[in-house]
Parts: sequence; C-alpha cells; structure tokens
Amino acid sequence: MIAEAGLAALWLAAGLAAFQFFLMILALRSDVEVTRAMRSIAVVQGTLTLVAFGMLLLVFARSDMSVELVFANSNSAKPFIYKVAGTWGNHEGSMLMWVTILAVAGAFVALFSRRTGERTLIAGLGSQALLALGFYAFLLIASNPFARLSPAPPDGQGLNPLLQDPGLAFHPPTLYLGYVGLSVAFSLAVGALLTGEVDARLARAMRPWVLGAWILLTLGITAGSYWAYYELGWGGYWFWDPVENASLMPWLAATALLHSINVLAARGALKAWTMMLAVIAFSMSMVGTFLVRSGILTSVHAFAIDPERGTFLLALLSIYVGAAFILFAVRGATLKEGAPFELVSRESGLVVNNLILSVILGIVFLGTLYPLFVEAVSGEKLSVGAPYFNAVAGPLALVLAVLVGIGPLLSWRRERRPVLKQLRIPALIAATALAITIILAPGIGILPRLGLVVAAFLAAAGILPLVGRNPLRAPLATWGMVVAHFGIAVALAGMAANAAFTSERLAIAKTGETLSVGPWLVQLQDVTPTAGKNWTAIEAQLRASRGSGAVTLKPQTRYFSDPPTETNEAAIRTFWNGQLYTVVGKSDSSGGWQLRLWWKPFVTLIWLGGALIALGGALAMLGRLLRMRRRQGASVDWRRKSYA
Amino acid sequence: MSRSLRFTPLALLLLIVLALIWRLATPTSTNVPSKLEGKALPNFTLAEAVPSKPTVSAADLATGEPRIVNIFASWCVPCVSEVKVLQELKGRGVAIDGIAVRDKPQDIVEFLARNGDPYERIGSDPQSQVQISLGSSGVPESFIVDGKGVIRYQHIGPIEQSDVPMILAKLEQAR
Repeated sequence: MIAEAGLAALWLAAGLAAFQFFLMILALRSDVEVTRAMRSIAVVQGTLTLVAFGMLLLVFARSDMSVELVFANSNSAKPFIYKVAGTWGNHEGSMLMWVTILAVAGAFVALFSRRTGERTLIAGLGSQALLALGFYAFLLIASNPFARLSPAPPDGQGLNPLLQDPGLAFHPPTLYLGYVGLSVAFSLAVGALLTGEVDARLARAMRPWVLGAWILLTLGITAGSYWAYYELGWGGYWFWDPVENASLMPWLAATALLHSINVLAARGALKAWTMMLAVIAFSMSMVGTFLVRSGILTSVHAFAIDPERGTFLLALLSIYVGAAFILFAVRGATLKEGAPFELVSRESGLVVNNLILSVILGIVFLGTLYPLFVEAVSGEKLSVGAPYFNAVAGPLALVLAVLVGIGPLLSWRRERRPVLKQLRIPALIAATALAITIILAPGIGILPRLGLVVAAFLAAAGILPLVGRNPLRAPLATWGMVVAHFGIAVALAGMAANAAFTSERLAIAKTGETLSVGPWLVQLQDVTPTAGKNWTAIEAQLRASRGSGAVTLKPQTRYFSDPPTETNEAAIRTFWNGQLYTVVGKSDSSGGWQLRLWWKPFVTLIWLGGALIALGGALAMLGRLLRMRRRQGASVDWRRKSYA
Repeated sequence: MSRSLRFTPLALLLLIVLALIWRLATPTSTNVPSKLEGKALPNFTLAEAVPSKPTVSAADLATGEPRIVNIFASWCVPCVSEVKVLQELKGRGVAIDGIAVRDKPQDIVEFLARNGDPYERIGSDPQSQVQISLGSSGVPESFIVDGKGVIRYQHIGPIEQSDVPMILAKLEQAR
C-alpha cells in the first residue's frame, strides 16, 4: 500500500501543478485575483511530493522487495544507512528527489516571498509549476519509482559498492538542493521577463535563493571531490569527467549570477545580463542532469544508457530553455539599463568577473561536449581530458583570482579611493612568495608557481576590505565576502602545492620491504584477510616513518558479493603539512603486492578552501536574514509596503 | 541590445540540441576503431619463446598471405578458451603466429600442452614492448596482417566461436 500511496500523491501533485500553471495564464490575461489560490496550491503541491518521497524512503528502509526499484538497488544485508541512502542512489529515486526539491522550493517561494511585485510572483510560481509538471510527467510516464514486481523476489540485487559510503548519503542531496535551488532564480527571471518588472526588488528576492543554492553547490562539489579522492583510490581530486563538469558548470554560472545580482540590487544595472545568467544557471543544472541521466557521454560515473529517458529529458530541456531564451529575445529589448558607471568602478569590476567566469564556463562546456560535436561532424572519436582544461581554464582562473583581490576595494560608480596604495602590501607579499618559490623549489612548473604566488596575493588582498575599520562593526555580508575570497586563496594554494610537490611511488613490494615516497619511509609489514558485513578484503599493514615517530596505515582491496565488485579502500593519514595516501592492489605470482603511495603536501587546503568559500556564503546569508528580521520588526507596515 | 545578440542564445541552444538529438539517435559504440588499422606493422624482432618453435619478427609476417598475430599469455584466463577457437581457425587453413606477453618458456610449454597449440611461430615479449608498439593494451588481442605486412584489423578480447565467420571474412578481404 505504501508504494501505491506514494504514486497517488505524485499524480495529485502533477494535477495541481497543471492547475497552478493554468491559473498563471488566467491571471496574466485578465484581472482575476489568484494570488492566494496560487500560494495555497503551490504549498499543497510541495507537500504532496514530499509525501511521495517519504513513501519511497519508507519502502527502501523496510527493504520491500516487491517494489522493483528496491529489488534492483538494495539488499537486505546492507547496513541501514545505505538502505535509506539507496533511495536516491538510482535513476528513478534521484529524479523523484529532484522534483521533490523543485516543488518544495516552489512552496517556499509561495510562503515567504514578499519582495517581488505580485504579478511577477504569480508568473514565477506558474513557471515553477510548469518546470515541476515536466518532471512529474517524466517520472509517471518514463521512470515510475513505485513500480511493483509480482511475485516479490526473496532478496535484492544490491547497490554499487562504491556508493556504500557515508559520502553518498549527503553528496547527491546537497548537489540536488543546489541545482534545484537555481530553479527559483530561473522561474523568477522568467516571471519578471513576462511582466517586465526587472528591477532591484526582483534582484533582492532572487538573491537568497541564488546564495543558498550556491552555498550548497560549493559544498556538494567540495565533498564530491573529496569523495572521489579517497574512494576511487587514484589519488586525484578532480578528473574533468563529464559528470564532474556537469556540477561545475551550474556553479560557475551561479557564481557569476551571485555577483551580477548585487549590481542589479544595488545599482539597478546589468538587467538583461542578470536575467540571462539566471536562465543559464538553471539551464546548466538541467544540462547536467541530462548528461548524467541519459548516459550519452562516457564517464567514470557509469550510468546506464537509456534512449527513451534521454529523449524525454532532452525534450523537457529544449522546451524550458528554448522558451526562456525566446522570452529573453522578445522581451530583452524592453529592458532599460540602470544607472551608468565609469570604467574603473565596482560595477565594471563585477562585469569583468562575470566575463571571465562566463568564458571559463564556455571553455568547460565546449570541452565537455566537444567529442560529441566532432563525432557528429566528422565521425572521429576522441576525448578531451585534463591537459585541455588545465591549460585553458587554469590561466584564466589565475587572472580571475588576482582580480578577486582588487575588485572589492573599488567603489560603486566611480573610483574615489586610493586602491593602488592599498595594494602595495599584497603585492609585496606576492613578490616575496615568488622569491621563496624560486629559491626553495626552482624546478616546479610555471602554472603551479603562479598559483602559489597568486594565492599569497589574494590571501593578503582578500582581507583588505576589513582593514581600517572596526571588524566587529563590519556587516556580516562583508565578512562573508572576505571569508569566501580568502577560501579561494586557500584552495588555490592547495591545488598549486599538490601540482608542484606531490611525490608518487608505484611498486611491487614483498612483506618486510621498505619503500620511500617524499620524506617518508613506508614498510609493508603484513597482508591479511579481513571481512565486513557484506564484503571480504585483503588488508595491508603499512608502517610509515619520517624521522622520529611512525604511523600505521591499513589500505584494503574489498570484494563485495552483491553485486560482485572489487574496490580499493585507500588508507589516508592527514598531517598539518599534507596527506600520506596509500593503496594496495593485487599480488603478483612471486608473492609481491602492488603498492601505490603518494605524499601530497598541503593537499587538504583544497577542501578546506572549498569549505571556507561555502562558509563565506553562509555568513552572507545569515547577515541578510538578520537584516530582514530587523527590518520586519522595525516596520509593522512592511508587508503592505512591499506589495505596493 | 541588438536583435541578433538577443537571438544568439537561442541559435546556440538549437545547435546543441541538434547535436544531442543526433547522439541519442545514433547510439555510441564503445568500439573505438584501431588507429593502427591500415598501417604497416612496426618493426620488431622478438626472442624465442619456446625451444621447439621459431620466433616472430615483423619482417617474417609479410609472407604474401594474410595471417593472424595473436597476443596471449599463459597466465591469461580468457586465452584458454580462445586457443580452442584458434585451433579451429588453424584447421581451416589460417596461419597464426603468437606473441607471448610477460611469460616464461616453461609456462608456455605447459599452457600449449594442456590447451592445444595453434601457433606456427611464437615470440616472447617479456616487457610488453612489442605489445605496446602494436597499440594493444591487454591479452588476448589479435591482429589480421595482410600479405604486405599491413595491419588490416585489430580484435580486442578473445576471439569467440561466434566471431569465426567475421574473422574468416576479414582474412578474405585482406587477401
């Protein structure tokens, strides 16, 4: 019964979404008062999808093998947390999660959005309903998560063991919240283009959604990168894989949007550009979902290829993005640009930031789809890898990082402050960093060296907005910006240090043998079998020493039975100045074991930086929420005023 | 903003969607054609693998008749079943040479005694150097080489019973 209840809730939600869209058309064509009705419908629709998702969680938690999806993706021997996480570790479940977040976001807009004009809100809610409707149709027609099996099989087929990791429980939901959070920016932009009310109020209504989505995307990408780093056992943190790029592209667009939206909110400028970015950001989310779910690009995230589902998703994507672009093309001309600004000003700094981010986005997009275009035109098969992305996006990212240090020091409209004088100390620090790297590490590559220098510059310049004022009095939003920009410097330093100083050792070792990697001596002490709840493993015992003191690491090769798979469990030890990363592979005929050892100085800074960037976003969000509450308290009449 | 600029995103979208539709309509084959097909064999000379047989070198392969060069190893499990199919091909008059990768003479002799011996000549490639120069990344793999020593087809993985007609046809084409 549980599965049937979930399916019924999904059908009802779909019906309500259709009704919600119909009401929008009615309201935009005549003067019928529908705001209250639409708000309630959006809330009920969101609740119903939440119920449907709850039902799916329940059948997974109870290991109800009569539901096909549970049978195909779960197993009664699995630890409970992975049974629950299995709900979204598959195609149907993750699409249900996607539409649930979409509908709940719509409900939140209906409940809390008081900032936009009423007609824009209605148009936005209608657009959000249309988005949800397409994905309801996709679930109900092409990917029913509640389909039954009769008779029920005795036990399930299990879940890909790579996904049996605490990271799985949080990584996809975080990314999806980010992806779909951008849908609100999309819907509000479409709504505003429909009504012509593209103004600072709209920007302020959009901002918390973009900021929230951006924080979650940052966290999701950072966590996903760390997950790939320790779970795949390849020692890399970013592979420029199509599915990774699929999460990076919306992040790049959202980062650009986050900055241009501030120009719109503060100065009423960059209207058309900001609307375009809002459309593009969510479009990139949909493109990402399409690339992942259709399986049309070869990727380490090996999802099954399903032409029917791929076609359905492509149709949805073309309709939504196409409609938004047509709307933009038709209505864009009516947008009047706001207050003018001079060449050297905060505004133009943000324009340059947006341009560079957009170019990087274009580069990643092109690199991801290039093999497809080439094969379509010439029939030749090729793949685009890290050398392209690093060589093309790397230098641009460095230029951007330098500008990140300068931009926040500029004033709005026209430069009035002595910026160059302020930048003397960061420039001095950067020069010192350059001298140090040349003396201590003359042999490293140009890009890693520049990375270290730029990171030093940005770390110093990034905190300047707080210098010369009482840091406790500075608004939380300023703190957020400073922390996020400092986080970029930290992550950049980690990437550059990893690229410049990593030492690697691949060898076959017999028990008792000692290998050296970087400053470490690693001895293979023993290799023993071991077992977990649903796996058996070969475990190596490694003793790593550097000067005095030693640590023990125990990397494993695990064999899972359902489905039969082999995974490498790397053993990683973190020190203040880097990570020792060890993997054990197969044995050869002479009794030696494959060992892969890495010493990665300061590699942890990459994820620390990612976390700082997200923390900066969270501080800015907190600042906005507090200010909103204060304003609400100060003026009783606030709600009515903002409706006017 | 000019009209053409406003319609640019739409035009780009159309282009991308067309490419994606093409991809969905023509499913990818993961079979990437070998870049070495149509090229002459790289020059190599191998050491003798077993005392009873002559070794293989690139020059010997241009015999005027197409033949198969099979890359195998005694430690390779799929090779065991493939040898039976190679025996059948041999029975139909196909000339087959072997390259044993990272192997020992004694193991190869045992392997041939246990599973059958379809090879005219066998060369030993202890460090996989010839294997790599042939563009082969695993065992077993097979190459069809025509009478002039040009690679005409690369088969990745074991030749199965069901592949026999296809292999015979390729050999005929290479004639």
